[in-house]
Amino acid sequence: MKLPDELLTIAVTGLNAIDSPGPGIAVIRSLREGLQRPLRIIGLAYETLEPGIYMHEVVDKTYQIPYPAAGTQALLNRLAYIHGKEKIDLLIPNFDAELPNFMKLAPVLQSMGIASFLPDTDMFEARDKVNLYSFGKQHDLLVPRDRIIHQVSGLHECGELFGYPLVVKGKFYDAVVAYTAEQAEKAFYKISAKWGLPIIVQEFINGTEVNIAVLGDGKGNMISAIPMRKLYITDKGKAWSGITLQDDKLLELAASFVKATRWKGGCELEIMRTAKDECYIMEINPRFPAWIYLTAAAGQNQPAALARMALGEVVKPFTGYEAGKIFVRYSWDHITDVNAFHQISGQGEL
Amino acid sequence: MYLRKNIATSENGFIFNPSTGDSFSANPVAAAILEQLKQGMTFSDIKAGLLDSYEVDPLRLERDWDEFINQLREANLLAD
Repeated sequence: MKLPDELLTIAVTGLNAIDSPGPGIAVIRSLREGLQRPLRIIGLAYETLEPGIYMHEVVDKTYQIPYPAAGTQALLNRLAYIHGKEKIDLLIPNFDAELPNFMKLAPVLQSMGIASFLPDTDMFEARDKVNLYSFGKQHDLLVPRDRIIHQVSGLHECGELFGYPLVVKGKFYDAVVAYTAEQAEKAFYKISAKWGLPIIVQEFINGTEVNIAVLGDGKGNMISAIPMRKLYITDKGKAWSGITLQDDKLLELAASFVKATRWKGGCELEIMRTAKDECYIMEINPRFPAWIYLTAAAGQNQPAALARMALGEVVKPFTGYEAGKIFVRYSWDHITDVNAFHQISGQGEL
Repeated sequence: MYLRKNIATSENGFIFNPSTGDSFSANPVAAAILEQLKQGMTFSDIKAGLLDSYEVDPLRLERDWDEFINQLREANLLAD
C-alpha cells in the first residue's frame, strides 16, 4: 500500500460533462478535494469530444478505450498498455454499459496492481430493470409492478393490468409515460428501435421523485447515503439543480437495500414518494450519479471514501450531513486547440 | 398538531422543509407565528398574543388563523 503522501494514480471514465452528463468530472472533483494527497488523474474516454479530455486542470492525461461492445479482451489489452505507461493504482468506471466488462476484469486488474471497488455480477444483475420487481419482492422493498414484453401485442395485457397511465421503459435508457394505448404503442416502437428489446412496462406511480446516492462496503454496511430532490430538470429529465434532504425513512430504505444486496461501491436509488408516504424504488443505477459532488459538499465525500476502501482502508460509516445544500449545474464553453483534437483523434491519447 | 421538528426558519421569514426540499417565504406576522410554534406555544396562546398585539376582530382572526393553518398543512409543515 502506498504512503499517504505518495502520488496516487486514479483512472476514471465518464468524462462526458455534457447536458446529460457522465459522473466522471464530479467524481474527480470529489477525489481531488477529499483524498488530500497528490493525485494523477487518468481519463478514460470513448468519444473524442468528451469535455473532460480537454480539461487539463481536472484530468492530467486521457486515453481512449474501446467501446463496451468490443469485449473484455480488447479492453484488457488497452488497459494493460495504459497501465504500462501510467502505473494505475485505482480504476473507477462510471457508466452502466461498461460495468459488466470492468466487473469481469476486476480480478485480473487486481493482479496487475489496479484496484477497483465494484459490485459483483449477481448484485449487478439483481437490480437490473428487467429483474427489479422480483428483486423488490425478494427483499421486501416496494417496487412498481412491471411486465417485460418482447412484442407490441404485450401492451394490451399491461394496459388491462396496470391501467393508464403506465410507463414504457427501454432496457438501458429512456422512459415514456403513456396515457393511452396509442401513446404506449408509439413509445414501444420508438424505444425498441433505439435500445432494442425487451421493453419494460411499469405501473405508473404518482409522487415526488427523490434520488439517493449510496455507498456500500460490500459487507452489508452502508457507508453513506445522501438523498436529493431535483429542483430543476432538463428536457431529458436530468437534474440541473438539486437539494439535499434529511429524512430518516429514505436513509433506512437505502440501508435496507445495501444490507439486502451487500452492495459494493456507489449506486443511485431513484425513489418515488407517494402522497401516502410510500417509497417505491423506481430504478437502481449501479454507479455514482452525475451529481455525486453534492455528497462531498454536504459532508459525505462518497468517491473519496470509495477510493479509500478500494485501497484497503477501513472506512467507518459517515454520520450526519448538511440538508439544504443545493447544486446548480452550469455550462461553460471550454476552449481548446485543433491540435489537441487531432492528438486524441489520431493517437488516442492526450 | 404541531410544527414538524425539523423545519428550519429564518428571521427574514424563509422556511425550509429538509424532508421534502420545499422552501417558502412568510411575511413578518407569519414568521413570528412560526417562531412561536417552534418554541412549542399552543395555538390558543399564540392567538391570544395576536389579539393583544393587533387591532383585530376575534372572528376575523379565527378565520385568518384557520386559513394559515391550512396553508401550513398543505405545505406539509405540520404533524399530528
